[in-house]
Amino acid sequence: MLNPDPTTSDEAVREYILSQVNKDQLRFLTCGSVDDGKSTLIGRLLYDTKLIFEDQLAALERDSTRHGTVGDDIDLALLVDGLEAEREQGITIDVAYRFFATDRRKFIVADTPGHEQYTRNMATGASTADLAVLLVDARNGLMTQTRRHAFIASLLGIHHVVLAINKIDLVGYSQERFREIEAEFRAFAQGFDFETLVAIPLSARYGDNVTAPGDNMPWYQGPTLLEHLETVEVGRDDAARPFRFPVQWVNRPNLDFRGFSGTIAGGRVSVGDEVVVAASGRTSTVKTILSQVGEAQSAASGEAVTLVLADEIDASRGDVIASAAARPDVADQFAAHLIWMSEDALLPGRSYLLKIGTRTVTASVTEIKHKINVNTFERVAAKTLELNEIAFANLALTVPVAFDPYEASRTTGSFILIDRLTNATVGAGMVWFALRRATNIHWQALEVDQAARAQSLGQIPAALWFTGLSGSGKSTVASLLEKKLHVRGRHTYTLDGDNVRHGLNRDLGFTDADRVENIRRVGEVARLFVDAGLLTLVSFISPFRSERAMARELFPDGRFIEVFIDTPIEECRRRDPKGLYRKADAGELRNFTGVDSPYEAPENPELHIRTLGRDPEEIVDEIIAYLEANDLI
Amino acid sequence: MHQEGSNLQMDGMAPGRLDNLRTLEAESIHIIREVAAEFRNPVMLYSIGKDSSVLLHLAMKAFAPSRLPFPLMHVDTTWKFREMIAFRDETARRIGADLIVHTNEEGIRQGIGPFSHGSSVHTNVMKTEALKQALDKYGFDAAFGGARRDEEKSRAKERVFSFRSKAHAWDPKNQRPELWNLYNGRIAKGESIRAFPLSNWTELDIWQYILLENIPIVPLYYAKRRPVVRRDGMLIMVDDERMPIGPGDRVEELLVRFRTLGCYPLTGAIESDADTLPAIIREMLIARTSERSGRLIDHDDSASMEKKKREGYF
Repeated sequence: MLNPDPTTSDEAVREYILSQVNKDQLRFLTCGSVDDGKSTLIGRLLYDTKLIFEDQLAALERDSTRHGTVGDDIDLALLVDGLEAEREQGITIDVAYRFFATDRRKFIVADTPGHEQYTRNMATGASTADLAVLLVDARNGLMTQTRRHAFIASLLGIHHVVLAINKIDLVGYSQERFREIEAEFRAFAQGFDFETLVAIPLSARYGDNVTAPGDNMPWYQGPTLLEHLETVEVGRDDAARPFRFPVQWVNRPNLDFRGFSGTIAGGRVSVGDEVVVAASGRTSTVKTILSQVGEAQSAASGEAVTLVLADEIDASRGDVIASAAARPDVADQFAAHLIWMSEDALLPGRSYLLKIGTRTVTASVTEIKHKINVNTFERVAAKTLELNEIAFANLALTVPVAFDPYEASRTTGSFILIDRLTNATVGAGMVWFALRRATNIHWQALEVDQAARAQSLGQIPAALWFTGLSGSGKSTVASLLEKKLHVRGRHTYTLDGDNVRHGLNRDLGFTDADRVENIRRVGEVARLFVDAGLLTLVSFISPFRSERAMARELFPDGRFIEVFIDTPIEECRRRDPKGLYRKADAGELRNFTGVDSPYEAPENPELHIRTLGRDPEEIVDEIIAYLEANDLI
Repeated sequence: MHQEGSNLQMDGMAPGRLDNLRTLEAESIHIIREVAAEFRNPVMLYSIGKDSSVLLHLAMKAFAPSRLPFPLMHVDTTWKFREMIAFRDETARRIGADLIVHTNEEGIRQGIGPFSHGSSVHTNVMKTEALKQALDKYGFDAAFGGARRDEEKSRAKERVFSFRSKAHAWDPKNQRPELWNLYNGRIAKGESIRAFPLSNWTELDIWQYILLENIPIVPLYYAKRRPVVRRDGMLIMVDDERMPIGPGDRVEELLVRFRTLGCYPLTGAIESDADTLPAIIREMLIARTSERSGRLIDHDDSASMEKKKREGYF
């Protein structure tokens, strides 16, 4: 550290700063349950590295008397348990980031909660960390959660682990106890791919082996925690891998300059290198590199740059520019590990937004191969995925994207899933491998296309999607509409529960997951019928907005007409044409929409038809007027 | 992207590892570009302080040789140091940025000020409310701020892309998970994102970077003889005639500087003779009080910043 003598000259300070240019950065994660003393350990590191300023200490002493749990001593954990709720409950419920530095390194610490219900928070902290400090209470030894943390760290691609055996003071600084826990963990961790694994006996509360050895464990000759963190080599050798560059932004200040801005996700690039736009296969060579410090001959992984290519090739945000000699996979299906982060379960078939690199596309999980029990690592069959659960699954994307397996690249192999209605981040994924059939199946280019078929039928095909509660009158209206269209010489077909649920969908029940699949299939069938040239009437309760939105996307703009048949539930129940409400109310029928399963009313349907006090003729005339006004009939 | 007088070189570094400052710089540029690419109408909140200077410098690098693809906005409480306003206007002119200055006119009409109404009412009306007004007025869907996670406890948990409801409120218990460098910028109409590209910088990183990149900062950071009055243990500078001087007050000419900048009546000076950047960094390395202690706003309660942020303060 700089000599803090106030007479140090400006020149000496400047030189000291410049000498620190090569100081690097280590991002690490601490995990363990609150009782293991994780927050205390970070507080200790901050305290001992002198980054706790005097007035923060003064504030800390005030807080300790209000929430503190260690009597008259300063509770170091209060330094890191930031949010008020956490201070009151005495647990860490979110990821907090803390910073400290020595002359050798700057450290960014993600402090994450240890309980099973916070698996998502731990995964979040682990996603940007290169090393994990797993805390164990020396009294308790390895717990289920220790194994869980090792598993999640490994899953998220952390290759360096410190087993911090804490509270060694409470087992009399016992070497035997330390060796016992270390041996057990090493045996267990053999199944994981950790490059370094170091066990350190320490007392976060009293400081032994955190930053200084202390006098209590002469038998321990290894590094203190800080010494290890300062020296461990976590170089991922990112720069040695093939060049990957997701385009963030096209930089075009004038007609003479067209650059692609982004952060290098892997490898190295030099002027003159041959590169390829992964999805289109167009190649060019690198003409200019603008780096963070000006024009450069080459740049490597992690640097934010702007590339100018020799040829005017088409690329935009979301494209990946890559080494022409070692290209990434480009596919629209892959297998991946998923961590679910939402209270609403993952439903296979439901459409989500998937952000990978700088690209956002729509995607769905086509199959959950298995869930993984995070405590026993057993594979369990599953149809849905709940909050904090981890699964191995197949995903299908609406367009092909470029990626690498997560094992090869954390940056081009990771993605998040976003709920399309709430915009919440609901899942995180790590690509395992591309599904080969995706790269091999090509659409048959049919000579007789939709336009040709529609023309021969002399009409414009479209889907009319009737949604509403059971008994709202959907089928009555659809059936009368079809008759009237038929009279006008239109070619039509109606899909409804009776002709689809009894055949194509007879394997499906009425759980949320089955309802999603039901609508997905009906949507696809409707698309084929429209492709065949028909005016297709779909009459399904279709209770969820998300699936109706998914169905809508299967059709070109203007060819999907959502008709909301809006009848109050009291009226539907009064009509009860099939006696279903009576059964549902009696508990004989489960998952009945409007009774014990939700109906999400459309927000912007093309037609919103309130049926109370109107007869079907009048309603059908309104629909026909709409079709005429929009040149569909 | 070339910066004149940059002292940092990348050559000669260990292969494959960026040093700390270049890693932080690259991460910030990545975040700034994500916001520019994903939002319809972003704005950079420019508070004139050293962190804003760094943020602006990073944004210039992110888009060079293009101009900034978004405007700067300063929420002016009318109580900023005069030197800050001069520096603001000079900076906007120098880099050719669009600068929006917004003041809560309703607050002016009501005569709200720190001396008459106290720090809490003043900050709420002239900063928090004014900011919400401005965001609504221009329909900004993303706003950059220069906040750092090392500044204060509740900031340590805030996301880089921090979601705000239609009422500009922050819900600390319901934040979106943020993994890798995949930021979720999806919002519904009327909602917005506050983006914090400097999240992982520390105060020391900021000063080192200013030194290495020769980034201009407001002269108030440098020690100079300035007229000050002692109030509640703080040295308050007499920046204009609105400062009430009571019979017991004594205006002293002291050699002082500021570690943080805000409204002059709420910002305490420290006695210092650090009049060069290296001298400031030397002082910083041996600092005995942390940065925000110079601001009256955090003093009431250690959780006061979390409360303010939930209500929409930056």
